[in-house]
Amino acid sequence: MDTTRTLLKKLSRRNEPYIFLVLLALCLLIEFRSGQFFSSNNLVDIASALIVPGLFAIGTFLVIISGGIDVSFPALASLSVYATTKYLLDTNYEGGVWVAILMALAIGALLGAFNGLFIGYFKLPALIVTLGSSSVFKGIMQGALNSRQLTIIPSGMRDWGTSALFTARNPVSGLTSRMPVTFIAFVIVLLFVFFLLKYTMFGRGIYAIGGSEVSAHRAGFNVVRTKVVMYIMVGMIASLAGVIRVCMMQQAHPTNMLGMEMNIIAGVVLGGTAITGGRGTLLGCMLGTLLIVIVENSMILLGIPTSYKSVFTGALIIIGTGVSAYQVMHMNKVRSKRVKSKEAA
Amino acid sequence: MTQERIQPMQRFQQMYRNDRHLWRLILMIVVWLLFMAITRFSKFYSMINFQTMAAQFPEFGIMSLGVMLCMITGGIDLSVVGTANLTSILMGFLLLRLTDAAGGLPAFAIPLVFILGILIGGSLGLFNGLLVSKFHIPPILATMGSGELFTGICLAMTNGNAVSKFSRTYAKTINNRLFDLIPVQLIIFIVMAALIWFLISKTVFGTKIYMLGTNENVAKFSGLHIDRLYMKTYMLSGICAALGGMIMLANYNSARADYGTVYTLQCVLIVVLGGVNPYGGRGRISGVVLAIILLRLLETGLNRFPRISSYYISLIWGGVLILVMVMNYFTEHKKVVFREPTQPTLQKETAK
Repeated sequence: MDTTRTLLKKLSRRNEPYIFLVLLALCLLIEFRSGQFFSSNNLVDIASALIVPGLFAIGTFLVIISGGIDVSFPALASLSVYATTKYLLDTNYEGGVWVAILMALAIGALLGAFNGLFIGYFKLPALIVTLGSSSVFKGIMQGALNSRQLTIIPSGMRDWGTSALFTARNPVSGLTSRMPVTFIAFVIVLLFVFFLLKYTMFGRGIYAIGGSEVSAHRAGFNVVRTKVVMYIMVGMIASLAGVIRVCMMQQAHPTNMLGMEMNIIAGVVLGGTAITGGRGTLLGCMLGTLLIVIVENSMILLGIPTSYKSVFTGALIIIGTGVSAYQVMHMNKVRSKRVKSKEAA
Repeated sequence: MTQERIQPMQRFQQMYRNDRHLWRLILMIVVWLLFMAITRFSKFYSMINFQTMAAQFPEFGIMSLGVMLCMITGGIDLSVVGTANLTSILMGFLLLRLTDAAGGLPAFAIPLVFILGILIGGSLGLFNGLLVSKFHIPPILATMGSGELFTGICLAMTNGNAVSKFSRTYAKTINNRLFDLIPVQLIIFIVMAALIWFLISKTVFGTKIYMLGTNENVAKFSGLHIDRLYMKTYMLSGICAALGGMIMLANYNSARADYGTVYTLQCVLIVVLGGVNPYGGRGRISGVVLAIILLRLLETGLNRFPRISSYYISLIWGGVLILVMVMNYFTEHKKVVFREPTQPTLQKETAK
């Protein structure tokens, strides 16, 4: 009895249970209104819609945990995947997808290092640097590479994007949805980052830097190196997401990833990640992203016109962050009260 | 940054440092003007070209002024475009109602629209201020969310269509030139810039928001009503954004939910380029105005080279922004950083 009570108390202080309840309520509401939400093909659809935002969210999550913010990842991903696709098309490449992935990852690492250099070594504010670098990446892509929509992509990439793990069929409507193989890549990255954050010095260093850079430095973390390596990783994760998106869409469009950054950041923060850094869990981040994805995908099932999408996202951000800000305030009050009563005693 | 006691000598150095940033911007403008003079003199140096530029920059210039105010307090306003569009759409609807059968407008229409626009902008800004001050939501999130919300309301009201077909009188009035020389948009911008200059450098309010930006805790314990200050600042930013929206309404002769979406990040870029410290507490309006002018000159100048893709402009913007920041790093932080490598992070600690 006692243990369950402390467990409940502990849970009520965290953000994930709330976001999970909201998610559950939303799912039940949609199911109640349409009866289509828990059908197998809808679930598979949502899972496949989660892949790209999910990968972006993992990268953004890392950056926010370290106390920074990244608005350049859509431009970074677009640039690296566009350059890769263009190069492979020009060389008439016919082989597997691995070359494409490795090449995009390499470009992503390079561009991530560009961010990391200015944020880590020069200690410039992350928001400003990534604003600038997203502008630079866009300029390189649209100016230097003279990008336009590529309607054909190399066969290896196309095969990877269309191959399915399994196919779900809705017995009522007869609609089928494929679970793409790319989902595995998402799961691998998720597990990798989970272990990295939980069990390695590097991961703990990211949390420490986000909590307080000075303290992390004094505690012996190499702040500059951790930051640079982290931004390189984030660049690679974003590029992977870009490759997956292009493979799944069967075409490379230079600009249709741009503008995703706000929704992704919103999802990460909704999941209880502190925007000031140092606090947050990968589970919460995924739940928050899932919430945004479901809101975006399931408005139609609810019978709400899609033009209301932004109203809901905006309200979600304000309410979600408001609740967590209130929690922090409340916690601080309780803590200071406790300290006062101790002092009195 | 913490409890820095400003002694006469330090104050002199501080002024010199701030001025150095201004001089750098002026130098860039002069170099660019010289470059244009050498390469494309006749196409660039014409009255009409400068008038066009002066009519183009106020719409995002005024929004940048609002973002500047928020950034001085250590916050940011990402909802300017949402506010501008919501105001311009609502006013577009009002103008539609007011337009008579002959396609004219009653005499009171334009002042009425402006006053209402300012009121709407002010209340939307106040909403942001409430979120930041009373609910303690970090400004970047609060304004990101409200910006999304405002855009959403615009979309829901218009279904993504443009609001147009109102009387052309409105657009004609705003696109007019005073004495056939100065565009009306520029006059609105100058009035607003002068007002904000007066507010932040000649009034107590200005001193207070700089204090608030330098250190919120110190400001609070010095007896400042920080909640009220935040609300006033975000309200001013909302008003600036609304005026920007009114100018956009005139320039496009219509209103739509997705007009000017690039302005959000562009305003932040301008403000930082203008030398405002993103952690708050430092920055001057002269720098921001210079940055606005520099960006407009760069973009217009580049358009005079038909062979260069206009997409390069975003490359140049980003490059200039990072370059300026790195130059500041080398000149301003040099001594401090190498003696004590944790200086910039200390700033961040206090900025929270």
